[in-house]
Amino acid sequence: MESIFSAISKHRHSYILMGPYFLLFILFTVVPVMISLLISFTYFNMLEFPVWVGWQNYIRLVTDDEVFIIALKNTILFAAVTGPLSYIACFFFAWLINELRPKVRAVMTLIFYAPSISGNIYFIWQTIFSGDRYGYVNGILMKLGLVLEPIQWLKDPQYILPIIMLVQLWLSLGTGFLAFIAGLQTIDRTLLEAGAVDGVKNRWQELWYITLPSMRPQLMFGAVIQITTSFAVADVAMNMAGFPSVNYAAETIVTHLIDFGTIRFEMGYASAIATVLFVIMVASNLIVQKLLRKVGE
Amino acid sequence: MKTAAWKLRSKRVNRSLFGDLSLFFLLAVIGAFMALPLIYTINNAFKPLDELFLFPPRFFVIHPTLSNFSDLFHLMTDSWVPFSRYIYNTLFITGAGTVGHVLLASAAAYPLAKHRFPGKGLAFSIVVLALMFSSQVTAIPNYMIMSWIDWVDTYWAVIIPAFAYPLGLYLMKQFMEQIPDALLEAAKIDGASEYRIFWSIVMPNVKPAWLTLVILLFQLLWGTDGGGFIYAEQLKPLHYALGQIIQGGIARAGAGAAVALMLMSVPITLFVFSQSRIIQTMATSGMKD
Repeated sequence: MESIFSAISKHRHSYILMGPYFLLFILFTVVPVMISLLISFTYFNMLEFPVWVGWQNYIRLVTDDEVFIIALKNTILFAAVTGPLSYIACFFFAWLINELRPKVRAVMTLIFYAPSISGNIYFIWQTIFSGDRYGYVNGILMKLGLVLEPIQWLKDPQYILPIIMLVQLWLSLGTGFLAFIAGLQTIDRTLLEAGAVDGVKNRWQELWYITLPSMRPQLMFGAVIQITTSFAVADVAMNMAGFPSVNYAAETIVTHLIDFGTIRFEMGYASAIATVLFVIMVASNLIVQKLLRKVGE
Repeated sequence: MKTAAWKLRSKRVNRSLFGDLSLFFLLAVIGAFMALPLIYTINNAFKPLDELFLFPPRFFVIHPTLSNFSDLFHLMTDSWVPFSRYIYNTLFITGAGTVGHVLLASAAAYPLAKHRFPGKGLAFSIVVLALMFSSQVTAIPNYMIMSWIDWVDTYWAVIIPAFAYPLGLYLMKQFMEQIPDALLEAAKIDGASEYRIFWSIVMPNVKPAWLTLVILLFQLLWGTDGGGFIYAEQLKPLHYALGQIIQGGIARAGAGAAVALMLMSVPITLFVFSQSRIIQTMATSGMKD
């Protein structure tokens, strides 16, 4: 016991400096995760004291909630399409932009990065895909004579998901993209030249054998960010397709969670949904990190 | 035209002209796609109402006007919460949240980067794990905590959690690891306390890093709509007000277009002025494990 106290007092400056941040971090991140986990095993409506129900919420989720199955399917589909695509796009465009002259590079970086920082203005896509003839897509298609009637882009289940994916991709070149641009600038030029001497023949070999391995830390970081965002999609879906969307075509795990948490006040059930999402996110992060260790080998 | 604007950096090894041309054609096409909605937002804000509802719709403005902006201010001065109030709310939330985050995250990053003490590894791995999930996972317990400490319907419910956002600590720690130990040792020999070293030596040396944190937090908070914590109309931020105007439909389309431009231009301007610094930070921080 004594040694713990003496260790703490010896390093007290470190703990004092970290104190404020970690107090808040624990209060607003660590504790909520624990509470959420606990509540997920209860029935809790915010008014009465929670009642312990064991695995019941999880069982109901899997066996008795058709909308959750739709949400799960949508989320996985979404993550499987936008996750890798946005990740590859982040890297690919960073890589291309990096070859430009500095001034042009600055402009192109701004153009690609701007959508993700412009304060959630993705609702302009609502106007573009608006269901009347003033919507831009409808207007253009009708002008060209490709369709005769305006298409209800955001009301027709067949179109909703692809449109949300498109908007999410447009928004997705964010922090990860910036990290890649920066990482590319730190690569040692002599490495590339040495590679050329040793028989690297084209840009693709250079990319695989030299560039990618030297960027492993940024690749990991970018993967965490892109995976997390692609699983957590909700705002774009709710704003574009409405909430709830037609036939739940745009329902995702997070919108389902919001439905039970803030509208129906079934906190236990909503927490079970949150826990499932958390497990999926961490698991896919671990798998992807394992894969990334193989890059360039 | 040797220096045509987007000619490549140099004759680098391993580059074929055909490859260059086709890849940059691709870059240009997708770049145009990325930029279209932004250009569209700018044009829309200056379109008179009849141009906003032209058929077939036109992308560019023909007779630019400022009437959308004056409509917006009329509309907003008539409402019982004046528009300036929304602006103030957003500025306050963004400003306070950003400053607090930079201070607290830097203070916590310094020992994580430069000291050895029990619990350091654990603390950092929890922060890294926290990078992996999104805020929605903890939305419900967060709301409960806020209501226990009576912060629902105050700015603090949005501001204080932003202080402890994991991404900033992560970047800051990686950046501080680059500061040479010799510099800190020298200060210690001269008798400076840990707090003094942090404030007078470490902080001035990581200026580009806090600029990066400022931008990241600014973006995060600038786009907030109150996050489900703020219900009082007079406390609502700009982004929420925008949503209300947009739902107003055709009559308010012009005003909506004007707000959109306002919302968009502030973070973009900020980024333009700090771009080189940010990229420098991300580059030197190396994001190594």
